[in-house]
Amino acid sequence: MNAQYAPYLGKDLLGLEELTREQIIGILDTSEPFKEISERAIKKVPVLRGKTIVNAFFESSTRTRISFEFAEKRLSADTVSFAAGGSSVSKGETLVDTARNLEAMRIDMVVIRHGSSGAAHFLADRIASNVINAGDGKHEHPTQGLLDLLTIRDHFGTLEGKKVCIVGDVLHSRVARSNIWGLRKVGAEVAVCGPLTLMPPRVEEMGVTVFRRIEEAIEWADALNVLRLQLERMEGGFVPSLREYNRVFGITNDRLDRAPNDILILHPGPMNRGVEIDSVVADGPHSVILKQVTNGVAVRMAVLYLLAGGEPDTAEAAKIGTGL
Amino acid sequence: MDLRIENGVVAELGDGLPESESEVIDADGLVVCPGLIDVHVHLREPGGEHKETIASGVAAAAAGGFTSIVAMPNTDPPIDNPAAVGFVLAEGRRIGLTRVYPSGAITVGQKGEQLTEVGEMVQAGAVTITDDGRPVRGAGVMRLALEYAQTFDLPVAVHEEETDLSRGGVMNEGIISSRLGLTGIPNAAEDVMIARDLLLTELTGGRLHVQHVSTVRGVDMIQRAKERGIRVTAEATPHHFTLTDAAVEQYRTDAKMNPPLRSEADREAVRAGVRDGTLDVIATDHAPHHYDEKEQAFDDAPFGIVGLETALGLGITELVEKRVIDLPTLIERMSCNPARALSLPGGTLARGKPGDVALFHLEREWVVDPSRFRSLSRNTPFADWKLRGQPIRTIVGGRSVWFRRED
Repeated sequence: MNAQYAPYLGKDLLGLEELTREQIIGILDTSEPFKEISERAIKKVPVLRGKTIVNAFFESSTRTRISFEFAEKRLSADTVSFAAGGSSVSKGETLVDTARNLEAMRIDMVVIRHGSSGAAHFLADRIASNVINAGDGKHEHPTQGLLDLLTIRDHFGTLEGKKVCIVGDVLHSRVARSNIWGLRKVGAEVAVCGPLTLMPPRVEEMGVTVFRRIEEAIEWADALNVLRLQLERMEGGFVPSLREYNRVFGITNDRLDRAPNDILILHPGPMNRGVEIDSVVADGPHSVILKQVTNGVAVRMAVLYLLAGGEPDTAEAAKIGTGL
Repeated sequence: MDLRIENGVVAELGDGLPESESEVIDADGLVVCPGLIDVHVHLREPGGEHKETIASGVAAAAAGGFTSIVAMPNTDPPIDNPAAVGFVLAEGRRIGLTRVYPSGAITVGQKGEQLTEVGEMVQAGAVTITDDGRPVRGAGVMRLALEYAQTFDLPVAVHEEETDLSRGGVMNEGIISSRLGLTGIPNAAEDVMIARDLLLTELTGGRLHVQHVSTVRGVDMIQRAKERGIRVTAEATPHHFTLTDAAVEQYRTDAKMNPPLRSEADREAVRAGVRDGTLDVIATDHAPHHYDEKEQAFDDAPFGIVGLETALGLGITELVEKRVIDLPTLIERMSCNPARALSLPGGTLARGKPGDVALFHLEREWVVDPSRFRSLSRNTPFADWKLRGQPIRTIVGGRSVWFRRED
């Protein structure tokens, strides 16, 4: 690691709110040379050889965790993953003790997923290792935001001036917050749409337009990022029923057919088919949902590489080097 | 000006009193005032002795210039019966520093259902009833409490929170909670309960004491209720007149309390309420927590901060120095009015009244160093703050119970 220089992203990646436009573009640009690694027969380069990374998942996750693990392994890092259920956390160990124990094993990076907003900050303040936020409560999920940006950029060639509407449960969504900050910083226009019961208070002060009706949002947008409607939101009384939600806010072919633009459909997964999005849309020509997943690995490689001390300019060369 | 205390009570106040054989304390350059009174203190004993004990709590109170404090009943088990009230009172007397006045719960187990034995608790020494820490959810029970307490001319002290509206909330609802992804507690959660209890007080003719008012509308409704002659007193805390929800940034658990730190407009309203007397009492809501408990993710950390050892400094720095109120008004809000609100002795240096005195340095700047607190807990958002107004000596019943050793 280039200890004498400030690392490109600083010590940690906790959210997109605190990144600059240049840093975000830098991560997206760095992702490009890493995309190709996953297309090879032998999917491995020595970029992170000798680095130890712990994936600490205090909340269940399939997609994000596997995506991080592939990114790490394809860069030759040594990795360990744990989920809260199978660790000392379930025996009542505090987050701070878990952090200190990980630190004592001289690891280089921690990827943390936690149900409480601010948990990644909490960890980052207490350990010297790099911390990557893989989703903290309702706060941020920066690598998801970045892979959404990359996917939109891949399609349109630019993010500047593109109109992106985030649809659904913005209130409880860390994906929504990372999208809002990331998209706004790179010059996209951002809107949100959903029932007001699922909108964060004073969300417009985050620099977004609020659409009350999905038809208006579809008319306006170049891309829709459709959020998962968690089933417990219905039990919490935020929406009367899943059926009604689909009728009022669901992304259906009918609604898209009336769209003036060639609209792009993103979804961070896992999807509730027939609730927030109809299957024909998810599997249809507008959908880039699987491209998001592919891009997720490349974006995470880029983040790992930059936090380990790499620079965007040298990413291509790093792939054939012997590690950082 | 000299002050003579004999047999624990004020004997004489005047210029050039003759020297007597008793102890003489030189107060040159210091402000001498009636001892401060904090009507809202969590001493945590019994059940939470790792956070605070009655002994450590009164030591902190004495070091903050307080000569009387009212202990909240939300201990484990709660102070909801005369024996428990007697325990707090006896323990306070045994320690013999700042006077400890117990409060009793409004409802058995603070469950909001059945009224406690208020009369017996009053006989045992309770000065008010409160379910502090939680609201009295049922309007019917609250009505009964306001009626029943009148037999003893007792104020009913209330933590105002509509828990259906505040459910899951950990900070003020606003743009900062939205950005941080933390569940907010809207002002309305406090306001609807203040409105309800003012109406019930009007209905019953009882005495209401509203704890830790934090909202614009809350201050406004209390002001109008007072104008209508409703018997209501109300508190402002130092943290609500000093900080806003911006203090929560970076997920600082030492800025997590309930009611939460609110917006700038709310903070201004609290200051205005202190100035015009709508909020007649400054009280700390001293809420000690062990550092392990605050050293957690924001959602998991408990509500509350310590306040006894920073209250006077914040009052002088934030209210007097910034010309919100003058010094005599601050003393009134921190001593005379609290005594009046809960019908406690003290709050005056008139002849024959308790010889409870606070001496403090008005101008001297000091730095808040939580490691030097007498409290067992250190959970304050004011660490490293520079404050003016430093307690120097605290006298209870004519006896120095604490004085500052010069560093």
